[in-house]
Amino acid sequence: MPDKTNDRSLESYRRMLRIRHFEDRAEAMHAAGEIPGSLHTYAGQEASGVGACMALRDDDYMVGTHRSHGHPIAKGAALRPLMAELLAKATGICKGKGGSMHLSDFKVGSLGETSIVGSGLPVAVGAALGSKLQGNDRVSLCFFGDGASNEGAFHEACNLAAVWTLPVIFLCENNGYAVSTPASAMVSVKDVAERAKAYSMPSAIVDGQDVEAVFEAVTEAVTRARTGGGPTFIETKTYRYAEHAVNMGRVLLDRGGEVDEWRSRDPITKYRKRLVEGGVAEATLDTIETEVVAEVEDAITFGRESPYPTQEEAFDDVLSERLPIPAFLTA
Amino acid sequence: MARITFLEAIRAAQLEEMQRDDKVFIMGEDIVCNVFGTTTDFVENFGLERVRDTPISENGFVGAGAGAAMVGMRPIIDVTLSSFLYPAMDQIVSIIAKSRYIYGGQASLPLVVRSCMFYGNSNAAQHSDRPYPMLMGVPGLKIIVPSGPRDMKGMLKAAIRDNDPVFCFEDATLWSGKEEVPDDPDFIVPIGKAEVKREGTDVSIFAIGGAVPMAMAAAKILADDGISAEVVDPRTLSPLDREAILKSARKTGRVVAVDPAHLTCSAASEISAIVVEDAFDTLRAPIVRVTTPDTHMPFSPVIEKALYPNKERILAAVRKVVGLPVPA
Repeated sequence: MPDKTNDRSLESYRRMLRIRHFEDRAEAMHAAGEIPGSLHTYAGQEASGVGACMALRDDDYMVGTHRSHGHPIAKGAALRPLMAELLAKATGICKGKGGSMHLSDFKVGSLGETSIVGSGLPVAVGAALGSKLQGNDRVSLCFFGDGASNEGAFHEACNLAAVWTLPVIFLCENNGYAVSTPASAMVSVKDVAERAKAYSMPSAIVDGQDVEAVFEAVTEAVTRARTGGGPTFIETKTYRYAEHAVNMGRVLLDRGGEVDEWRSRDPITKYRKRLVEGGVAEATLDTIETEVVAEVEDAITFGRESPYPTQEEAFDDVLSERLPIPAFLTA
Repeated sequence: MARITFLEAIRAAQLEEMQRDDKVFIMGEDIVCNVFGTTTDFVENFGLERVRDTPISENGFVGAGAGAAMVGMRPIIDVTLSSFLYPAMDQIVSIIAKSRYIYGGQASLPLVVRSCMFYGNSNAAQHSDRPYPMLMGVPGLKIIVPSGPRDMKGMLKAAIRDNDPVFCFEDATLWSGKEEVPDDPDFIVPIGKAEVKREGTDVSIFAIGGAVPMAMAAAKILADDGISAEVVDPRTLSPLDREAILKSARKTGRVVAVDPAHLTCSAASEISAIVVEDAFDTLRAPIVRVTTPDTHMPFSPVIEKALYPNKERILAAVRKVVGLPVPA
């Protein structure tokens, strides 16, 4: 029997693979016109999301971003409602009203994946305030990017969490770019984590391609948060392989050999190698991959066979009571 | 019953609801020092965890209110002056208004954002706003503008108990006005219901916030002239009580809509549009809006005062719609 650590390792591998396969298939379905809207893929950043979420309890809170596919899967969300959402179906996690930028599963502690850059940070702080006021020990982890660290909301959230000593983990996934602009040109500090000093917050910089390193750093931050030590800032150095959003040809970056270089340190390939070197049988990892592929295909079938929302659904969830349907839609 | 001021009504509503439900807490700038008197003795009663001063970070703490609400709290977020809502517009529009919707009903945001409209006091253009119409264009928010202590207490209590985000705009011209207000801790004035403040048959005056007492005073004078004016206070601007508006408009056939907000896309404009769309056949005269013109509020009291709705402008508007000569 694998020990507890090994369980966690295999689960980390499984979740990273889930994200990768889920997105590979989603990208193909988007290209085929089956998935409407835009698609912001997470490929390349899997170790960051999974390493962080594996350090959380199921009942801990998490807030994410428009690059929303990876976070819920990393936190353990079921794939069916996520894929159904991408397919704009009524069985989607957001009933077909959120889509690719909002894959947020509240059942696993998510409190939103928000597409206004930086806007999730105050929400994560508020959830942590809720924990404090309710006297429980749930922590709140907020994913955001290098770009968000230039938003006022980021600075206000960091200061609030610090002055109120709240159980927050600020997890900056620095993938090097805000849409097309490099962090080196747009962020006033070399490492975003330097900004933590301004808020008297402990910080760490970790290799975002190393799921174990991320797990360890976040575990330390979670322990601090859970025991009343306040917020921590963690910067994961990572990379997105694709452009900002699928088919944004005009901002496709000439990133030279950069992409290949990062791909050579692919977090999943790298972790598989490490697991094998640590004694995990190739067959075990192959089995996980087979299971993940089947799981993703099952989610796709589920999504494809699900109904679209009815027109009335457009008027539900605006407020807690459904709004009246305008006459022009009911005639 | 007790005869209390508008500000005392705010305090009473908050006090009772915080006593009733320990999920309710209040935060905002200078709450602890109790600038306007709406949190008198709150620290002694509830402690500094539930009576929470914030940094000057409106976007941050309004958003934190959203996060706290999502995890089961019921925050009262005191955004001192209504123009301080603008730095928080991102959280208000993109998070508070939309989270329930974009996540397909997974999020619930039972929170109240209070702010006062402090105008007519030579505080210049950045401190004299009446900005509720901006939020009327945002689905997912409820908006109340109580016009007296009784409604203030009852509606704020309803807002705190409501499961949706409610924005409470408090007209500071009403602050010192007194009224008999029920002591019953379960006294509630429902959100979404207009009230006929005075019955009449010749003209409907729809008045909002601080315009309500002006409309009442005007109606009294009009009665002496033989004109029976009905005064209707929508009280809630989102969702508007369409039925009550149409009922009164159909009854009198003449409408004056009075609103301290700027003219363009004001609540008065929306009320007028509702009447024209659904009660046009009963109208006996064109509608007149009495609002603040589309200019900024100047500092000099000599030129500021005349810009807001007042009793004289309401009287002139009513005389126009009933076909009486309007004095120059």
